[in-house]
Amino acid sequence: MNSSMKFALAVGLVFGVASPAAHAQAPKKGGVLNFAVVAEPPTYDCHATTTFATLHPVRPHYSGLLKFKGDVNSKIELVGDLAESFEQSKDGLTYTFKLRRNVKFHDGTPFTAADIKATYERIVNPQAGILSARKALHENITAIETPDDFTAVFKLNVPNASMLNNFASPFNCVYSAKKLMEDQRYPEKAPMGTGPFVYVDYVKGATWEAKRFDQYFEAGRPYLDGYKAFFVKANSVVPGMQGGQFDAEFRGRTPKERDQLVDAMKDNVTVQEGPWTTSVLLTFNTKRKPFDDVRVRQALTMAVDRRAGAVPLSKISMLKFVGGLTRPGSEWALPDDELNKLPGYGTDIAKSREEAKKLLAAAGVTNLKIKLVNRNIAEPYTPAGIFVVSEWKKIGVEAEHLQLENKSYFDAQASGEFDATVEFISDFVDDPSLQFVKFISAKKSPVNVSGSEDAELDKLFDAQAATIDPVERRKLTQAFEKRAITQSYSMMLYWWQRIVVLNKKVKGWELHASHFTGQDLAGVWLDQ
Amino acid sequence: MANISITPGSIARPADAIPKRPNPVWLFIRTQPLGFAGLIVILAYLAAAVGAQWIAPYDPEAIDFTAMLTPPNSEHLLGTDQFGRDVFSRIVYGARTALAVGILSSLFGCTLGAIIGAASGYWGGRIDTMIQRVVDVMLSFPIIVLAMVVVAVLGKRPLLGVDMNLVAAIALPFIPKMTRIARSSTLSIAQMPYIDAARAAGYGDGRIIMRHILPNIVAPYLIMTTAFIAQAILLEASLSFLGLGVTEPTPAWGLMLSGASADFYKSAPWMILFPGLAITLAVFAFNMFGDSLRDWLDPKMRS
Repeated sequence: MNSSMKFALAVGLVFGVASPAAHAQAPKKGGVLNFAVVAEPPTYDCHATTTFATLHPVRPHYSGLLKFKGDVNSKIELVGDLAESFEQSKDGLTYTFKLRRNVKFHDGTPFTAADIKATYERIVNPQAGILSARKALHENITAIETPDDFTAVFKLNVPNASMLNNFASPFNCVYSAKKLMEDQRYPEKAPMGTGPFVYVDYVKGATWEAKRFDQYFEAGRPYLDGYKAFFVKANSVVPGMQGGQFDAEFRGRTPKERDQLVDAMKDNVTVQEGPWTTSVLLTFNTKRKPFDDVRVRQALTMAVDRRAGAVPLSKISMLKFVGGLTRPGSEWALPDDELNKLPGYGTDIAKSREEAKKLLAAAGVTNLKIKLVNRNIAEPYTPAGIFVVSEWKKIGVEAEHLQLENKSYFDAQASGEFDATVEFISDFVDDPSLQFVKFISAKKSPVNVSGSEDAELDKLFDAQAATIDPVERRKLTQAFEKRAITQSYSMMLYWWQRIVVLNKKVKGWELHASHFTGQDLAGVWLDQ
Repeated sequence: MANISITPGSIARPADAIPKRPNPVWLFIRTQPLGFAGLIVILAYLAAAVGAQWIAPYDPEAIDFTAMLTPPNSEHLLGTDQFGRDVFSRIVYGARTALAVGILSSLFGCTLGAIIGAASGYWGGRIDTMIQRVVDVMLSFPIIVLAMVVVAVLGKRPLLGVDMNLVAAIALPFIPKMTRIARSSTLSIAQMPYIDAARAAGYGDGRIIMRHILPNIVAPYLIMTTAFIAQAILLEASLSFLGLGVTEPTPAWGLMLSGASADFYKSAPWMILFPGLAITLAVFAFNMFGDSLRDWLDPKMRS
């Protein structure tokens, strides 16, 4: 096998990279971590779910092939989880993983390459009745070979630049081949993997309990005796933390909630803040007039002064960072000097709005009234809607802001009953193939809400997805981003800030840019 | 026999014999001072609703990030919210939402209830039994629950800036209440000789109900309509507070109390204090006026 890139991931070295807090103090063993989860898990099956509500309570029962490690404010890197090392062939068509030995499932059975094969076959080719939410991301996998018990080889039909990230997806929990053979649905019934914690009990609408797995493959870990997740309403988190019921909520809180907790608990809390791989955008219905006219869409994005709103909005909502279609600050982000040339990102807002009015006039649009469909979730959708309505008014555009409950909201999008709609993108990693999929042609992308068809974007998307060389890929992603922003089928509004408040006794937890990753809790300990 | 000469002015004139009827407005003011105070407040709110664009110093939806969470001062009489929007302007414009939804839903609910109640009382028998059992079922639901279900099922249907489904949702709980009241009034009116006379003259049921019964239940209708406006304003505020009524950035009192506003109760109490006062005062005013109207229109109460 030709291997141009070889990452020998010495496990000991990898786990030597710990958070600053962990460096400062030796981890203590014992204690139960209580944390809040602000939604109920719709399923326990990692492969089927798309929500943190499953991952936060369930992920600590499992391991993956790879995982993300580090802190978003320093460096996040791809490291081995069940894989000790891996090789990627030069042509990008073969990935070979050397697996850990002496890893056991919670039922005592040994982990082997067969478990990897069974897991990924369930993701790539799920049996009838099994839901694989990310099947499309793995469709290039054509074969999984297991030459020995501790080697797994993935063969692809075309190179896929996102494949390594997919192997580190927190949703790709490795299941037991033996259990899957008995029952493909076992993960939906009682979670059982090789992760640091063993499932104990789940009371619907109340709690999820787990205890430490003494035979976890990482020596000395986990530090906690167990954890208990509490399923609560979002507005219960602050009083729950103040009252000592919860030590943390890991998805993220609002700036106001952070201030309330810091105000009330003073030095008894620590706050971790950083950028979030989650954004709010507005999408136009290109099937409706006048939004089929690029001039109208450009005018509407040019009316919004994102920069002026960023700082004040970040004080009252999760909205904070101005950026394009890739997260600002990430390796894929369009440089500011390039971004500033695109519609909606100009530095002179007065000039931009004058131009917007001219564009509307040129398109023959007067007294434009927009039906803006939004979710009736306060944070951060309401501030986003209020902000845009106010900004559009400045070029004489009126908007009727409809905040609908979830079903009506998604129905309105599916049936095209909107002029513009507030949407969000939330992914587990900064990867253009994940972030761009909403913007390729509706015929190719089921998540394209605008109804747009753009062959040039499709071509650029396919090209970047198949380009392994990051430098070449970046050129293609930047070309995609420029084209998508210029066409303005959707207009990016803001990228979110992630604010996690922890009881000061919680140590060893790392802030990632995604709330989906970094949740196996293996390195978390309580200073008590 | 003495001659009796009659000269103009020597006999008692009717005007001297019958005491002069006092001006009804003055009588209302004198006998129902609280009701009159309520009326003044209602008129003030109506003026604010109609002339909002002249009274409000700022666009109620305009964001001003330079004035976020400003306490009450000479520029912003009642302070600003977290988006820098002027609270006074939002309250003034909010009167439009409150009164439009309150008056429309109360009128709609009471009118429909009066017609159904009159028909139920007039026809009696199976029709009455059937209508009254439906009314029993509707009355068994708490008002807010019934309105929430209707709003959730119907969604939104804006017409001239007013969500007509919200109006219908708020009106619905009033219908059974007004039906009961109209029915009981109709039962006594239906026994009156003039109703028998109308029947004898060959008038149809519809004409008797519309021309002879409904005009005679105007007094309870007016009283209930006024009283229900207060309830409707409160209900609209509650639904908006729960995220089921008016949506941002439309200025509405209940909405001003909901969502993130509660987060600022310590650092910017004016954000919830003044909209709360606006609701309280409006409900108080309509209740006072409604009670006084009842006392004033009811001859027994008047005596």
